[in-house]
Amino acid sequence: MSNRFPSPFEIEGPADIEGWEELYPYSSSFSEYRKEYEDNRFWFWDSMHWGKALTPWDATFMEVALASLSQMNSRHYRIPPADGVDFRILYGYAFLSPVGVDPSQIEARVPQFMERAGHYFGNWDSLYDNWLEKVKSTITEIEAIDFNPLPEMEELDVITSGAGQGSGTKLMSEYNKFKDLIHQAWSYHFEFLNLGYAAYLDFFGFCKEAFPSIPDLGIAKMVAGVEVDLFRPNEELKGLAQKAVDLGIARAFDDPNNVVLEGDAGAQFQAAWDEAADPWFNFTSGNGFYHFDKIWVENPDIPYTFMKDYIARIEAGEDISRPIEAIRAERDRVVSEYRDLLDSDEDREAFDGKLGLARVVFPYVENHNFYIEHWTMSVVWRKLKELGATLEKDGLLGSADDLLFIRRDEVNEVLWDYYANWAVNSPTASAAHWAPIVEKRRAIHAKLDAWKAPKALGEPPEVITEPFTIMLWGITSDSVANWLGSEDAADNELTGMAASPGLVEGIARIVRTPEEVNDLEQGEILVAPITAPSWAPVFPKIQACVTDIGGMMSHAAIVCREYGVPAVTGTGFGTDKIKTGDRIQVDGSSGKVTIL
Amino acid sequence: MCESCPIVDWEKELPTVRSFTARRVDAAMTEHIVWYDRYEHEHKPFVGGKNASLGEMMMAELPVPPGFAVTTVAYDQIWRNEQLVSKVNDLLRSIDHDDFAANVVTSEKIRALVEAEPVPEAVVADIHAAYEALCKHCGVENVPVAVRSSATAEDLPDASFAGQQDTFLWIIGADAVVENVRKCWSSIFTDRAIAYRHSMGYLHQAIAMSVGVQKMVDPISSGVAFTLNPTNGDKSQVAIDASWGLGEAVVSGEVTPDNFLVDKVLREVIKREISDKGIEYCLTESGAVEKLEITGDRRTAPAVTDEDLTAIAILARRAEKHYGCPQDVEWALDKHLPAGENVVMLQSRPETVWSQKPKKSVSKGGYDAMSSIVSTLVSPLHDKKQN
Repeated sequence: MSNRFPSPFEIEGPADIEGWEELYPYSSSFSEYRKEYEDNRFWFWDSMHWGKALTPWDATFMEVALASLSQMNSRHYRIPPADGVDFRILYGYAFLSPVGVDPSQIEARVPQFMERAGHYFGNWDSLYDNWLEKVKSTITEIEAIDFNPLPEMEELDVITSGAGQGSGTKLMSEYNKFKDLIHQAWSYHFEFLNLGYAAYLDFFGFCKEAFPSIPDLGIAKMVAGVEVDLFRPNEELKGLAQKAVDLGIARAFDDPNNVVLEGDAGAQFQAAWDEAADPWFNFTSGNGFYHFDKIWVENPDIPYTFMKDYIARIEAGEDISRPIEAIRAERDRVVSEYRDLLDSDEDREAFDGKLGLARVVFPYVENHNFYIEHWTMSVVWRKLKELGATLEKDGLLGSADDLLFIRRDEVNEVLWDYYANWAVNSPTASAAHWAPIVEKRRAIHAKLDAWKAPKALGEPPEVITEPFTIMLWGITSDSVANWLGSEDAADNELTGMAASPGLVEGIARIVRTPEEVNDLEQGEILVAPITAPSWAPVFPKIQACVTDIGGMMSHAAIVCREYGVPAVTGTGFGTDKIKTGDRIQVDGSSGKVTIL
Repeated sequence: MCESCPIVDWEKELPTVRSFTARRVDAAMTEHIVWYDRYEHEHKPFVGGKNASLGEMMMAELPVPPGFAVTTVAYDQIWRNEQLVSKVNDLLRSIDHDDFAANVVTSEKIRALVEAEPVPEAVVADIHAAYEALCKHCGVENVPVAVRSSATAEDLPDASFAGQQDTFLWIIGADAVVENVRKCWSSIFTDRAIAYRHSMGYLHQAIAMSVGVQKMVDPISSGVAFTLNPTNGDKSQVAIDASWGLGEAVVSGEVTPDNFLVDKVLREVIKREISDKGIEYCLTESGAVEKLEITGDRRTAPAVTDEDLTAIAILARRAEKHYGCPQDVEWALDKHLPAGENVVMLQSRPETVWSQKPKKSVSKGGYDAMSSIVSTLVSPLHDKKQN
């Protein structure tokens, strides 16, 4: 067993990819300029969020997200032990590296953190209400961005109002505004998140000390919200399934790819659908980070397929509604029983305080995912497609999705070409210029995508201390040791996080893409690199869930707990070692997966 | 121990040994029989520690196999015979505590005297009636019972005689019950018990004997449960050991039991270690206990289901709540009760290892949200987990 991972400078990528670095900004590449710094760090592949090779635009959202996360830790709240999370792209894959604070500086940051984070904890509810408004208005602004083709002539109003500028100049500023709004949304994404994790971790740490072997689930159950926006799309879908049954049009959903809604009942259903769809079906089948993620509103066959399942269950007499009262009662029972087991009133007071704060912050931790990854990103990808379509229409690009292979800053050059030649009324150069570049980049990307990135690079730290790395990615000193020692481990065993308890045996099905979700048969065990919240409708069908990556707060873990499905997350190699059809045993209580 | 505890210099007390009838008897208590499900705390001096704890478990709504106590009021009746008293006292005085072999003989002589003493008719009639009522309650003619000593002593801690008296299993029929009640009475005078009281300086006549008569459990499997995690003292878990058949196999160390950890609150099995269980003790048709080899898959199959484990954990937690401290519980799965209601509890006593450690404060004095969060952030969870 080796004690370090290969250096990023030693990794050999796939063949025939010369020039791959051009797909991404130079600042995201490993380079000779920073070799000493980069070589002495620990980098892990974030396959939880970026499991596939990145196109230039996919890379944009990775970079924006990581920079936003980092500035909150380092510059906004001054989290005492944690600066940002550094990021690089190696052969198309995102590698992250948590940056700790020099121990001698930690103490000086404590009062700064207390003041800044204290303000947020002290005013959480009003700040959160304000956050919701900010995010909704950001989404409205993104939706209002005008990427329509430039007109033959400006509207008369431009003249009569004495504006002195029109669509042409606006195109550039609209695009820049688009980039800024994306940045703004991601900044909001992390505005509360790490503080939320910190409060949760504090309660978590208390529980682990009071009850050394308390399952993570026990803690999560005490904190978890009863009514959560992230579950809302699925709940809306259940309501629509019931509506279809009530209206007597259930059969219309027998073929989800060909749903025809007719007559009065059809119109009534459509009205209910439209109301639910905005905003709740701005829900992606992936994680929101990729151009190929499918969004419910644009691909109704996906929610129709889930609805078909729900309709079958309703018709079989099953009650599919979420038992809110029972969930609430169970949560109260769990809290009062743990509380009773504490030894002193003093401990109970601390328990009440910490649980209280964790519950104040938790709705944000659960809900931000819907507002940013699903809703905002749905709108962002739509807008980007709109821009691509405009550029294709006016002959700037050979095809709309060529845009995905042009870096965000290169797009400014395309728009300049568009504007300038529109202004002059002369031929543009873009289509000819970009065609060979995009073709080459597509070919490189396809090769990168077929390549399997290493789990980690560089020198592992003695202990992983960055709290969010542990919380969100589930990366601990143990899991790193596990990765290092994976060649030594028994071939039929995997260990990960005990994310949701229960012991089951069953047939595995590997699911790598959202499309494969529909292949899951009743009673199978879902084995995936990572799951998306929008897969929730299949959870009642499966017996257990195993993921390659993800910590206790990963979206996969949250959904598994909600559905009471045993889960082991962060196994590292689940999708490599397990094959569809294998009989496996999943122990969600000990975090062990055995191939039988 | 309180000042009135009769730890006395035996040699000094010897010349003034009182007769057994001199033990203080509460005139208000006249019953020969106390049913476990009618037990009240005032009964304790008359039913002894073992019976009292079974009665107490019933009060806590723990599923103890049904039964009754033959009180010390019944036992006291035989000592109305002055001749028996003086013969026993003479024999006790004759003992040379260094001569073990002779003591065994003396003990046997005393026990024979006690067992030969006629049991008063009223007592016999009450035991017969109670046994028949028990048979009726269980819906079994001649229900097999365990007949157990449950000694009591004024002002003496229960530990003074724990484990020194006899238990008779699989007793069938009212006459046999009476017979074994006598054997329990006489078990006050086993050589071990006499020697123990001598070495501790306890008076022989301070002890009185009640007898428990309880429906025998014919277990599918049995074991113990601790209402905390014995490896780290975590009170949110119940540790459960389980093996096939009667508890003897585990007690004797012939079998390593399956070991489970069940979360009390979530009611989930969070750890399981299934062992290879080579033998089990079972009941034969004649009521004898025999050791059987276990073969095939059953050896490595869990001796309890997850539902059983949850039921055991819930009952153990109930016992803990009732007694107000962590418990060490004996349980069994009764073959003759329907699944889901077949967990019975045989005993519950305080856990002694972790309960005696000083309690540490988790909040470490006071709670301040921000400083607590800072300290969580700077001393990461990961380190805490490793400790």
